[in-house]
Amino acid sequence: MVTTDRELMSAADVGRTVSRMAHQIIEKTALDDGGSGTDSPRVVLLGIPTRGVTLARRLTAKIEEFSGVTVAFGGLDITLYRDDLDFKPPRALEETSIPAGGIDGALVILVDDVLYTGRSVRSALDALRDIGRPTAVQLAVLVDRGHRELPLRADYVGKNVPTSRAENVKVRLAEDDGVEGIWIAPYGGPARP
Amino acid sequence: MSVRHLLSAADLSRDEATAILDDADRFRQALLGREVKKLPTLRGRTVITMFYENSTRTRVSFEVAGKWMSADVINVSASGSSVAKGESLRDTALTLRAAGADALIIRHPASGSAQLLAEWTAEERGGPSLGAGAQRLGGGPCVINAGDGTHEHPTQALLDALTVRQRLGDIEGRRVVIVGDVLHSRVARSNVALLNTLGAEVVLVAPPTLLPVGVADWGAATVSHELDAELPGADAVMMLRVQAERMNGAFFPSEREYSIRYGLSDRRQAQLADHAVVLHPGPMLRGMEIGFSVPDSSQSAVLQQVSNGVHVRMAVLFHLLVGMGEAVNV
Repeated sequence: MVTTDRELMSAADVGRTVSRMAHQIIEKTALDDGGSGTDSPRVVLLGIPTRGVTLARRLTAKIEEFSGVTVAFGGLDITLYRDDLDFKPPRALEETSIPAGGIDGALVILVDDVLYTGRSVRSALDALRDIGRPTAVQLAVLVDRGHRELPLRADYVGKNVPTSRAENVKVRLAEDDGVEGIWIAPYGGPARP
Repeated sequence: MSVRHLLSAADLSRDEATAILDDADRFRQALLGREVKKLPTLRGRTVITMFYENSTRTRVSFEVAGKWMSADVINVSASGSSVAKGESLRDTALTLRAAGADALIIRHPASGSAQLLAEWTAEERGGPSLGAGAQRLGGGPCVINAGDGTHEHPTQALLDALTVRQRLGDIEGRRVVIVGDVLHSRVARSNVALLNTLGAEVVLVAPPTLLPVGVADWGAATVSHELDAELPGADAVMMLRVQAERMNGAFFPSEREYSIRYGLSDRRQAQLADHAVVLHPGPMLRGMEIGFSVPDSSQSAVLQQVSNGVHVRMAVLFHLLVGMGEAVNV
């Protein structure tokens, strides 16, 4: 890590934040509502690769720990739906795994690490539309750094961070990167291209 | 991909080939269980297939691959086009470039035709071209070789490699035995090149009359004339069709003798290891190079090859047509 990077969240902060987001999801979706399953929706967490999938996996584990309810979890690669395909070289496709039962009639919660322009989320919404018809779609992000280019907002936000477009928000998760934490670098564009 | 065209399997580096195979698997995943098999990835791209030879699998899978990615796919065949009136390949190619092709997929009986096509269409001649991506890049359309004479058929080699990888888990160090009419087989040439790139060991088995001159000097494959000796050690066996339409001499005494010596009969299949996989690029002549029930056995991957063909061709179109504008500052 370059020394000019400013630490935004430590590993412990990330852990606490993910736990809080899991509690918020349980509360907002009434997941533990009597446990009868009649009123509570079928919740599906879909992570956007790479770190969104890791976060979705962690949220799934936390939700089960806190509420006793096992929610479905999967990954949704959005590469084929991006709006910048004409301008950038092809990038390697990531794994898509839609849980058994699909997303028809489910409450889908998209999970990503950083919300920036909103274009990834738009791509994910387009991809969802081809896969099925959820009753509702919500968005959970670890960091909202502003600078939206589309009319989108997140339902669950780990941390709102004012940034300049010139800065680079780096989310690092132990499973993907070997280190854990969030840093702001005073250079570069979006956290990931 | 560093290349703008896919003319030969030998043009692919190990990393490029692996990236295409990985993405082909991802395309399979992305479309798994979907009712609507449609991705927006190639919206606005025009893909024209030019088939000067008969084809079922290759033409259909390229067309399906393009359409599932929302490209506009147009098929030109020799019999239904101006080719039947005597138009040359070059003029047809320039016409299709001017009409707006972003990709040209060609099958032609002449070896090297895909290479020529790429050269002819690289520059603008006598008028602008309408292909959006190609235009932005300032070059001609991407050319994909879908089989040129007895030279190469790179997407077939890619789908064969993908099938072997799916069945065996890996390709590196595996022993692949290619049996039959190697002399006339573009599939064999592309496979030898790609399998070498990916680290497999290749054995060519054929009667001496059906091997290309100097095949031993390729350095890429060992050669044998005895099928029975090679079967027990094979991880994959690829049977080739005897291409009677390309034969203008007597290459073997009789079909029956060929079949007895070089056919993968039901009885001979028993010599294969349990894990070994049987491939055939199709079209198959059951009873000739392959036993009647062999393609229907669980060891056969013939139909898996076909579905892999669609996903591999999606991956190839993705690598060639996405980001065509990258050379320009946006």
